[in-house]
Amino acid sequence: MDLMQRYIVMRVFQSLLALIILSVLIFVLARATGDPLHLILPMQASEEDYANARRLLGLDRPWPVQYWLFISKAVQGDFGTSLRARKPVKELLFERLPNSIKLAGFSLVVSLVVAFPLGVVSAVKKGTKVDSIANIIAVLGQSLPAFWVGILLIEVVAGRWQILPAGGTGGLTHYILPGFTLGWFVVAGIMRLLRSSMLDVLDSEFVKLARVKGVAERWVIWKHALRNALIPVVTFGAIYFAIIVTTAIVVETVFAWPGMGRLTYEAITSRDFPVIQAVVLTTAVIVIAVNLGVDILYAYLDPRIRFQTR
Amino acid sequence: MSTRDIADAVELAEPQRDTWVILKRLPFVPSFILCAFIILAICADVVAPHNPYETSLRTRFRPPVWQEGGSWSHALGTDHLGRDVLTRLIYGARISLAAGVLTVLLAGCIGAAIGLLSGFYGGRIDAVLMRAADSTLAFPIILFALILAVTMGPSFFNVITAIAIVLWARYARVIRGEVLSLKERDFVAQARITGCSALRIIMVHLFPNTLNTLIVLLTLQIGYVILVEASLSFLGAGIPPPTPAWGSMVSEGRDYITRAWWVSFFPGGAIMAIVLSLNLLGDWVRDTLDPKLRQM
Repeated sequence: MDLMQRYIVMRVFQSLLALIILSVLIFVLARATGDPLHLILPMQASEEDYANARRLLGLDRPWPVQYWLFISKAVQGDFGTSLRARKPVKELLFERLPNSIKLAGFSLVVSLVVAFPLGVVSAVKKGTKVDSIANIIAVLGQSLPAFWVGILLIEVVAGRWQILPAGGTGGLTHYILPGFTLGWFVVAGIMRLLRSSMLDVLDSEFVKLARVKGVAERWVIWKHALRNALIPVVTFGAIYFAIIVTTAIVVETVFAWPGMGRLTYEAITSRDFPVIQAVVLTTAVIVIAVNLGVDILYAYLDPRIRFQTR
Repeated sequence: MSTRDIADAVELAEPQRDTWVILKRLPFVPSFILCAFIILAICADVVAPHNPYETSLRTRFRPPVWQEGGSWSHALGTDHLGRDVLTRLIYGARISLAAGVLTVLLAGCIGAAIGLLSGFYGGRIDAVLMRAADSTLAFPIILFALILAVTMGPSFFNVITAIAIVLWARYARVIRGEVLSLKERDFVAQARITGCSALRIIMVHLFPNTLNTLIVLLTLQIGYVILVEASLSFLGAGIPPPTPAWGSMVSEGRDYITRAWWVSFFPGGAIMAIVLSLNLLGDWVRDTLDPKLRQM
């Protein structure tokens, strides 16, 4: 357990370091996107107005000072005021984050429910019709542009047939279209990964042994084989999470879903840098935390990882 | 002829038969679609029926030829500025393919260089480079590319650089793994004994042996890169209008979709067709050159 503790401490330290580097990077990049004052101030604003506004927003101070102010407040959850919405960024985050978590959670649960049986069955029934259909679903999921699928769904399902709402939040029906668009991409990835690792495992000695022992085929597949086939799926879990966040920006923008993804898009197009910084940092903290969790879980499952870190 | 001769003859004939079998398995439809797009992209100036930038307000929203009011002069209809959709689609192939190939090459160069260095030298260099790779890998690509693209201003080369900066990590990781096992092989030890410099060992002895893997990874990712580029262009952070990039064409047609579905539909379909073909071909290249990469 000593090694395990050491591993956890090291990974936490690395994660913090990554966060600090990232925060500096974001801070610099957000300032390089051009002068936000052009967007806030009216067209006829004078030089004096610009100078005043700059002083008011603290944009006239040297960069290191601005960074220090930013980071010391950010740690306390204070990200300043949005230049566009003119309200505290914290409020915006609290408004938007739950919506994103709900949408991502919904599509993740649905995708897992679809991807698991599909991946396992297509590996077991390799070469049959079920396998081909599963493969078509997966390959399409990885090749269809999410924004295009979203637009077509809005036009056909919400526009022509009018059976589901086109966008925004509301009851459960509002989740179906964006959840489907976001989920398809995820199903595709998880399914393909699970299928190929399932094929490897089904070919291994211990599965043959289990069969020879007379274990029922159902148990061989769903217990002995699936458990081991899950390891690569767990490893890639963090990467899939990053992909969900990525796809969510597009999906939320298309479906006018008031979540973090749409907030990111709005903030970047209007150069709202307090919001850009806050959004990217929050996302980064979540992504890094998920990574850390996955790594620790993985080291717990697979002792070899712990010993590598010496 | 002795049995041995026959055995030799069979052995000699083997590679040829293999090539034939491999070629027979080449997925026909995807290769055809991809070739068609490549030819269209190269000959765009000759093949395209109109000028992709020419606007004409009198011919706005002409439907495709098979719908009422359509005509052969605008086979796939026109958009909100009266530009020919088919023409813009053909020029768009040029942009998508160029972006895909160039990005993957750039990311491949960076990734291979870092992977080789990291695997060959090991130690602290390896630790630092691989931590950097891991952090990049787990960071949402579009978020990063979006910030970079907006920072540097949307343009073709900025999009390529932005995606490549995020994409190198995967190549670096895999190449490093290859190098770690190659390094222990006898021919590297012999090269060292002969007095080869580190640079020579890396370039002449290690790099060529990682090429198969690298090619597989690159082909598998071109489709993905095209998808990312299209998404960026759709979000307005990619290749700026009026350049006919497929992603921005979908986005431009979005506001008029009820009135003119074809403006958004065809470019999206083109993205799907090309990415699908590339993914299927990538799978084939992987199975042929390096089946052990199946999980990538």
